[in-house]
Amino acid sequence: MTINELNKIRDEKADLIKVRRVIAEEGVKLAEKTGYRKQVLVCGGTGCQSSGSKKVLEALEDELKIQGIENEILVVRTGCFGLCSLGPIMIVYPEGTFYAQATPEGVRRVVKEHLKEGNVCKDLLYKETVHEDGSIISLSETNFYKKQKRIALRNCGVIDPENIEEYIGTEGYQGLYKALTSMSQDDVIKEVLDSGIRGRGGAGFPTGRKWMFAKASQGDIKYVACNADEGDPGAFMDRSILEGDPHAIIEAMAIAAYAIGAHQGFVYVRAEYPVAVHRLSVALEQARERGLLGKDIFGTGFDFDIEIRLGAGAFVCGEETALMTSIEGHRGEPRPRPPFPAVKGLFGKPTVLNNVETLANIAQIIRKGAAWYSSMGTEGSKGTKVFALGGKITNVGLVEVPMGTTLREVVEEIGGGIPNGKKFKAAQTGGPSGGCIPAKYIDTPIDYDNLVALGSMMGSGGLIIMDEDTCMVDISKFYLEFTVDESCGKCTPCRVGTKRLLQILDKITSGKGEMEDIDKLEELANHMKSSSLCALGQSAPNPVLSTLKSFRNEYEAHIKDKKCPAGVCKSLLSFEIEKEKCIGCGLCARNCPVSAISKTDYTAPGKKLPAMAIDQSKCIKCGVCMSNCKFGAVIKK
Amino acid sequence: MSEKTLNAFKGTAEQEAALKEVIAKHHDQPGGLMPVLQEAQGIYGYLPLEVQQMVADGLGISLSEVYGVATFYSQFSLTPKGKHQISVCLGTACYVKGSAKILEAVENQLGIKSGECTPDGLFSIDSCRCVGACGLAPVMTIGEEVYGRLVPDQVKKILDSYKEGGAEA
Repeated sequence: MTINELNKIRDEKADLIKVRRVIAEEGVKLAEKTGYRKQVLVCGGTGCQSSGSKKVLEALEDELKIQGIENEILVVRTGCFGLCSLGPIMIVYPEGTFYAQATPEGVRRVVKEHLKEGNVCKDLLYKETVHEDGSIISLSETNFYKKQKRIALRNCGVIDPENIEEYIGTEGYQGLYKALTSMSQDDVIKEVLDSGIRGRGGAGFPTGRKWMFAKASQGDIKYVACNADEGDPGAFMDRSILEGDPHAIIEAMAIAAYAIGAHQGFVYVRAEYPVAVHRLSVALEQARERGLLGKDIFGTGFDFDIEIRLGAGAFVCGEETALMTSIEGHRGEPRPRPPFPAVKGLFGKPTVLNNVETLANIAQIIRKGAAWYSSMGTEGSKGTKVFALGGKITNVGLVEVPMGTTLREVVEEIGGGIPNGKKFKAAQTGGPSGGCIPAKYIDTPIDYDNLVALGSMMGSGGLIIMDEDTCMVDISKFYLEFTVDESCGKCTPCRVGTKRLLQILDKITSGKGEMEDIDKLEELANHMKSSSLCALGQSAPNPVLSTLKSFRNEYEAHIKDKKCPAGVCKSLLSFEIEKEKCIGCGLCARNCPVSAISKTDYTAPGKKLPAMAIDQSKCIKCGVCMSNCKFGAVIKK
Repeated sequence: MSEKTLNAFKGTAEQEAALKEVIAKHHDQPGGLMPVLQEAQGIYGYLPLEVQQMVADGLGISLSEVYGVATFYSQFSLTPKGKHQISVCLGTACYVKGSAKILEAVENQLGIKSGECTPDGLFSIDSCRCVGACGLAPVMTIGEEVYGRLVPDQVKKILDSYKEGGAEA
């Protein structure tokens, strides 16, 4: 493919895609030019597919034919819009109206009433987009989207990821062309270095320096690898980018390969992400067909191709040396560094390994320049960061904000606060390697350095919100169970240390803890941090240390008072019946699996039957009585 | 117990031919063992010792190396799985929303623990770490089907719909 051919496709598609970015009058005029009166975008991300977006899409296409308007309306299946809790999501442009939790029946109405007759189905819209006076705002004006700055997610939910022409229509592959034709290898590296971008996979190592080291390494064969082994439970930005904008990753890998002098790339992606793997395969095939991968790209003599390798469900393979060992076909165990991958990586050759989200920024940095990118963010952390917002939060989904945005803005404004009137207690970042940030630090600007100072870390960007019903000791235990499972077993501090930490936490949550257990936890945790072989073991104690720092009183309540303040740890709970409230219906006793509930001889004033009581020696604390009682007479203590 | 008969290897000639093809395809590829095992599991449904031996012979590496890789990754299974594979997500988002209780309900309903298969071979239970459908938490999957926003009381009805004759839906 030549640059003229590339520009021709871009110019053909540009308006079509612009309609999806600009709203109102200008959009309507643009839409007329494109030949499609309206465009309907349906989310085809994993989240929305799980809630039935395929059936919505089928109903949409079917009804368009029934109404005879299939030639006027363009249907696009995109990647993730980010607001996964409202899926399946459907947007109509140029208006930008936002239909949430779409159903096949609802969609048929939208086709008839909105797309054909021009009357928006207000009752089916996301309720935040309909004001009390009946006026409608577009998707980009909602609280969820307003504060976001989408760079890495720029095309997610905007283009059809399985159509390379749509990517080209958003200036796609122009960055690669610029790098190959008007920049030297060192120019490319300098641009990335100057942009200040740091690796989005966890530790935040400057991307440009990685490339610089790899270029400086001697060797005829070098590799570029993409880490898409997104293992942090609760983080799904890499998956969404691969599903929504796979060509951005291909273009960035080609740029990286040019910069360091590699001709072969690998994408190591979780097998649990079938949609992402499929879309990436389609994208690779299309890029090869157009000559954007393969021999002599853009006639410059530069050769590059990419192979997909599937992971097989091992968290440790997200660690760079383990990932490379796994690509080589072995047990995914890490190896000591140095030598660093930039010197001796995959198959013993110099290798650059970048995370998906990092790569999603690269082509734009090359196109728009380092100054543009570094104008966003904080002193030490440039650009934006994608977070997977989850847990006890109203708007669950993917958000991208400039570095330095406060936790409060993310939780209260974008996330819509905590549901059910509960109080914000803590935010967990960095998954099993990170820690919990307590409510008192909610105004801290989020960047790499601040999170580390708070005893957590950026990690890949999982942001799990916890309310007052979450027990912090239980959460530590949860993460330790995870790391015990996932420790590869190669080094002793991690293999044995994680297990011992878990045993102590088990002891505490079952009410057998002693005060010196807290000291033991701290001592062991610090040893593991300093002596484990890889980042998994070094960071596995973080959940314990950070909760001990901010929520020591909860540990003490478990140990001294034998109580779980959040009411989570079963062994420390007791269920009781308030005899003044009990009407004696006996529903609890009939449902009790261990027959622990029986009648007393006390009848409360105004009640006809004697109250019930729980025999604590028989109670297994399953909570069935509490969920069955219609009078709120069963209480958890 | 029934486990022995359940585990008896019953490979067909077609499966063996398919495996040989896969081995030939990846034979000269550096790091080809993982893709071979992934496709082998696709053919047989699991990786019994007999299959691992064929892979080792085919690729010219030792059985211990194959076994080492097969046991390292959680995706590979050395025992057969149920006809309907249930996977309850215990990722953080689901866990915070009570997925441990969903897993407990599934285990109680089927009378087996996570990682096991029912004696009739109909169901097997596993837990997984994040299917990425955090917006629907808590989530479980049965085969390709995803069930979201679950409460423990729904579990029985969902499982019944997979049992022969017990289907209500």
